[in-house]
Amino acid sequence: MAEPGARLLIVDDNKVNRLLLSRNVQMQGHRAELAENGRIALEMLRREPFDLLLLDIEMPEMDGFAVLEQLKADPQLRDLPVIVTSSVEGLENIVRCIGLGAEDYLPKPVNAVLLKARIGASLEKKRLRDQQKDLVRRFATSEVAQDLQQSGFSLGGKRVHASVMFSDIRGFTTLVESQPPEETIELLNTYYTLMFDAISSHGGVVNQMIGDGLMALFGAPLPLDDCAGSAVAAAMEMIELIEQFNLERSAAQKPTIRIGIGIATGNVVAGYTGTQQRATYTCIGDTVNLAARLEAHTKSVQRAILIDAATRYGLRAGVQLIALGDMQFKGKAVVEQVYAVGQDSA
Amino acid sequence: MNESVIDKTVYAELEHTAGAEFVAELVDTFLEEAPGMLAALRSARTENHAERFRRAAHSLKSNSSTFGASKLAALARELELKGLDADPARDMAALAALEVEYARVAVALKAPRDG
Repeated sequence: MAEPGARLLIVDDNKVNRLLLSRNVQMQGHRAELAENGRIALEMLRREPFDLLLLDIEMPEMDGFAVLEQLKADPQLRDLPVIVTSSVEGLENIVRCIGLGAEDYLPKPVNAVLLKARIGASLEKKRLRDQQKDLVRRFATSEVAQDLQQSGFSLGGKRVHASVMFSDIRGFTTLVESQPPEETIELLNTYYTLMFDAISSHGGVVNQMIGDGLMALFGAPLPLDDCAGSAVAAAMEMIELIEQFNLERSAAQKPTIRIGIGIATGNVVAGYTGTQQRATYTCIGDTVNLAARLEAHTKSVQRAILIDAATRYGLRAGVQLIALGDMQFKGKAVVEQVYAVGQDSA
Repeated sequence: MNESVIDKTVYAELEHTAGAEFVAELVDTFLEEAPGMLAALRSARTENHAERFRRAAHSLKSNSSTFGASKLAALARELELKGLDADPARDMAALAALEVEYARVAVALKAPRDG
C-alpha cells in the first residue's frame, strides 16, 4: 500500500511534462516539488528530504544519468528510490538507468495508472528499507550501521589503530542482591544512557554490553584523529556523570555506584565475527586484552581510570596523570607501564 | 477536433486521468512552449549544433505524444533519431513539414474550446 502524502521531486526540463507529472502525483494524494534540471534537483535533494524522485533523462546542464551517478555516490541519497520517466530512445539507455540504480523505468507519455502502481511499489520498498535501517541502528551503533551500508557485510577484520575502553560497575553483584530486579534494570538503563552519551560525544562506539560492563572503541569502525585523547576525555566525563548520578541517588536514599575504566591504545583487528546469520562488530588483539586487564586492575589500586603507556603518549599536555610503575599482567609476556588519570586522591 | 491530427483516444484518456480543465491549461502551456522548440530546431540547424537539435526534437516528440499528436510526434522523432543531416537543405525541408504539422495541431487543440 502506498504511503499517503509522500513527498516527491519531479525533475524535467520540459514544462508540459513537469505540470502533467505533478498533476498525476497530486491526484494520487502526494505532494510534488519541481526542478528543471539535474543540478537544481540535486541541490534540493541535499537540502530537504524527499521520498521519491521522478527523473527525466534528457536535460540541459545535468542530465538524468549524471543525477543517478551522483545519487549512487552519496551515502545520504543512495537509497532514495528513483523512477525514470523518459521518452529517451534506445534500450541501452534504459538498461543504463537500471544499472545506475533506478528503481523503475516508465516511458513517456507516462500512463497514469502505471505511474500510480510504480510509485506505490517504490514507496513500499522504501518503507521496508527504512524500517530495516532503523532496526540495524537499534542493534548496532550508527557508525557500524554506516560502515555496513557503505562496505556491506563480510566476516573478517582489518588492522586499525584504535583505543579500546572497558568499563564496569564496582560491587555490582552486591548491589543486585540488595534491591529488586526491576530497580536494577532501571539503574542499568540510566547508567548505559549516561555512558553512551559520554562515549559517543567523544567519537567512541560502544560495541559490547555485558551485564554491568561495556566495551567501547575509539578509532574503529571509523578512523579518529586523536583516539587516545578522545577515549580519556570520554572516561573523565563518564566519571563526572556518575558523580552527578550518585548525588541524585543519595538524595533518593539509594546506594551509590562506582565505576572502573581501563584504556589501552594500539593496533587492533576490527571487523565482524560470528556467522553469516548472526555476527557482531568487535575488536581483538593484545590492546583489547590489556584494556580489560587495566579495567580489572582499577579495583586493586583503587583508581577510577587506568591507561597504558601508548594511550599516555597520545595525550595532550594538561591531563593529570600519576605513574603507577611497571605492572606484570596475567597472560602478558611484557611488563606494562600503567598510569592513573586524575587527582592523587582518586 | 481533427482526428487525423490528434488521436482522439489518447486525448480522451488524458482528459480522463488529469481532468478536462487541467488538460485545457496544459494545452495552453504546450502552445506557448512549442514555438520555442521549433525555433530552437531551426537555430540549432543553422548553427550546426547537433546536441541542441536532438534535444529540441526530443522535447517536441515527447509533448506531441502526450496530446496524441501522433504525426507531429513521428516527424519530431525522425529528426531526433537522425540528428543533423549532412545536407542542411534536407533538414530545412523536414523542419518546414514539421511546422506545417504543428500549425494543424495547434488549430486542432484549440478547436474544442473555440467551437
